[in-house]
Amino acid sequence: MDLSLSDEQKQLQEQAERFVRDKYAFDARRKIAATDRGWLPENWAQFAELGWLGMSFSEEDGGYGGGPIETMIVMEQFGKGLVLEPFLPTVVLGGGMIARSGSKAQKEALLAPMIEGKKQFALAWLERQSRYNLADVSLKATKEGAGWSLSGHKGVVYNAASADHIIVLARTAGSAREPKGLTLFIVDGKAKGLTRRDYPTQDSLRASELTFDKVSVGADAVLGKVDEGFGVVEDGVDRAIVALCAEATGCMDAINAATLEYIKTRKQFGVAIGKFQVLQHRMVDCFTNAQEARSMTLMASLKIDDKDPIVRAKAASGAKVQIGKSGKFCGQSAVQMHGGMGVTDELSVSHYFKRLTMIDLMFGNQQHHLTRYSNLAMAA
Amino acid sequence: MDLALKPEHKAFADEVRAFARKNLSPATKEKTFSGKHYDRDDHVVWQQALGKQGWLAYTWPKKYGGPGWGVTERFLFENVLAEEGAPRIIPFGVKMVGPVIYTFGNDEQKERFLPGIRSSEVSWCQGYSEPGAGSDLANLRTRAVRATDSGGDHYIVNGQKTWTSYAHWGDWIFCLVRTNTEAKAQEGISFLLIDMKTPGVTVRPIIMLDGAHAVNDVFLDNVKVPVANLIGKENEGWTYAKFLLANERLGIAEVPASKRGVGMLRAIATDSLRDDPSLAEKIADVDLQVQALEMSELRALSTMALGGAPGPEVSTLKVRGSEIQQRIAELAMEAVGEYAAPYQPGMLFHDTNETPIGPDHAPPAAPRYFNMRKTSIYGGSTEIQKNIVSKMVLGL
Repeated sequence: MDLSLSDEQKQLQEQAERFVRDKYAFDARRKIAATDRGWLPENWAQFAELGWLGMSFSEEDGGYGGGPIETMIVMEQFGKGLVLEPFLPTVVLGGGMIARSGSKAQKEALLAPMIEGKKQFALAWLERQSRYNLADVSLKATKEGAGWSLSGHKGVVYNAASADHIIVLARTAGSAREPKGLTLFIVDGKAKGLTRRDYPTQDSLRASELTFDKVSVGADAVLGKVDEGFGVVEDGVDRAIVALCAEATGCMDAINAATLEYIKTRKQFGVAIGKFQVLQHRMVDCFTNAQEARSMTLMASLKIDDKDPIVRAKAASGAKVQIGKSGKFCGQSAVQMHGGMGVTDELSVSHYFKRLTMIDLMFGNQQHHLTRYSNLAMAA
Repeated sequence: MDLALKPEHKAFADEVRAFARKNLSPATKEKTFSGKHYDRDDHVVWQQALGKQGWLAYTWPKKYGGPGWGVTERFLFENVLAEEGAPRIIPFGVKMVGPVIYTFGNDEQKERFLPGIRSSEVSWCQGYSEPGAGSDLANLRTRAVRATDSGGDHYIVNGQKTWTSYAHWGDWIFCLVRTNTEAKAQEGISFLLIDMKTPGVTVRPIIMLDGAHAVNDVFLDNVKVPVANLIGKENEGWTYAKFLLANERLGIAEVPASKRGVGMLRAIATDSLRDDPSLAEKIADVDLQVQALEMSELRALSTMALGGAPGPEVSTLKVRGSEIQQRIAELAMEAVGEYAAPYQPGMLFHDTNETPIGPDHAPPAAPRYFNMRKTSIYGGSTEIQKNIVSKMVLGL
């Protein structure tokens, strides 16, 4: 048992801190969010150069042999800066699923260029009716010669507009909501029959509604095995959850630091409002919540490569419960303690609050994961 | 970074488990899993067995007779013992006064007191709180006046200590006393060791809301204490007191016992879940709270392993640890339902042939819930801990 960072990991942390400090000042972020893409290609090129796009992949797959701890370190700093580049959909979700389930040809065609910064991905799993149920999929893939034809709808697909390839969860057999009979397809982002409606999200990211109208793909587009995509996507999402939790801990640190600074300087009734015990104790509760979020994220990062899928699922859900709870507490408290300034667009606080709120909703909220964890724990 | 255990650590855990199975009396173990109170022998016999093995003072460095374990060994030791149903080690000797003596005491004091603490031959209790000094501990009034007679230099101590856990079992008490009434509250305090058999020391039981006798008033009436029993320097006791409190706050989170508590909760709740599925999620929620606390404690311990005493942030562990213990007790009572109502003190405090009214796990459920309310009050209340973090960590 060892909880200390290696020298390389400390260097990575400093590198990521420096990137956020240099490139993600509040006003700079605002400008990035307003660009067409919503993120900067020069930053992405820098990620590739620094090795971040390949750090968590095995050397066999062209990566640098790191793992979830490296992802955690970088995502935490991304949370501090509210970084907009699509690291989660491209590297953690897309790259991760291809590395674990892709064929040799898929890895060569997709993973290697992704590590070089030349390809981006998106995961399309959600549909209008799905809410948090990963198996609630009605987009159909039917046999068409040697390949498949995809028709249906996918929603809130982060990074779809920038993605070179979209990984689509489709029904190839079974009834609606059945985990069995789902298949993952890697679809070209510009495929014929695929139309997008692009929009910004509450937290300044980019997502799209996708309509598939008889989109044709070859047999080699299947990621993993036909009818057995559910396990792949569930595992991929669990790993993405852990990375997302790290981002949330960074957000919480930043929002707590901003609030602490504010209550030390804002004066009312002739004193800094941080002199009032009722605010002091609320601030301590924010601090404790962030500590617990960091603890659960660290534990999940250490367990998410476990051989046992139940251990992985419990780790991800457990951390997501904590993040949902702590993120809401820190976010709401920060806004309240900032008073009117907390509900403006002018300070960073509202932006962290929005991101933390969306993180809770992403891949299942606190209640969803509490139920999932509870069921897994009772079954054990 | 790695949570995995090395083979030598697995072997160590097996060794601790085998020791517990051999040395822990079945009657004591039964009390743990049925929620009964321990009596003095449950604690002392077990602690003396640990002492013989060299494991009682398990947090001490080798230099002072401890095993010199690292974070992993301590973690495993505490967890395995909790799983095996061992009573918690009474902290006043090994966790509190022991480290104060080996850190601030002189050589003569180390030689005189440490062996009895390590072996549990001598029982200690803590003379901190007073009727007028609870959360405002520095307001204590127990007075120690220096005097000289034919027997040499000594203090004459007068005052009252309260909430003194196990004073009725204690051989010695470590006391905060006022030696200077002119100075600022914190600056006139000294740290004295007092033999409970000294004339003028009287113990009065305080019975708690669940009927238990664990705490006491201790009256000190012209108690004569040799100057040799003063730890460190006169009027600098507050520094030693704070050092002790930081150590206290770390262990007080009681994570291994709460982990055991979650397991027991799942076992007793099985029947109740049929009609109340929400209970399973409440248990899952407290289970996750325990995991977060455990990981936070491990993070604090690994920072300490790199050097340094526990910092003020351990106050948050105490706050969360006490809330979690309370929550587990509350859920156990919730699982029992109306059969928590019958009061059967015999089932709690004595060996008895009485049969429980209602399910086996019902009699201790409500008393434990009542009793656990103490956890957010003792060892520095939740509000005091938050004041500490606010000032020392956040700089407010």
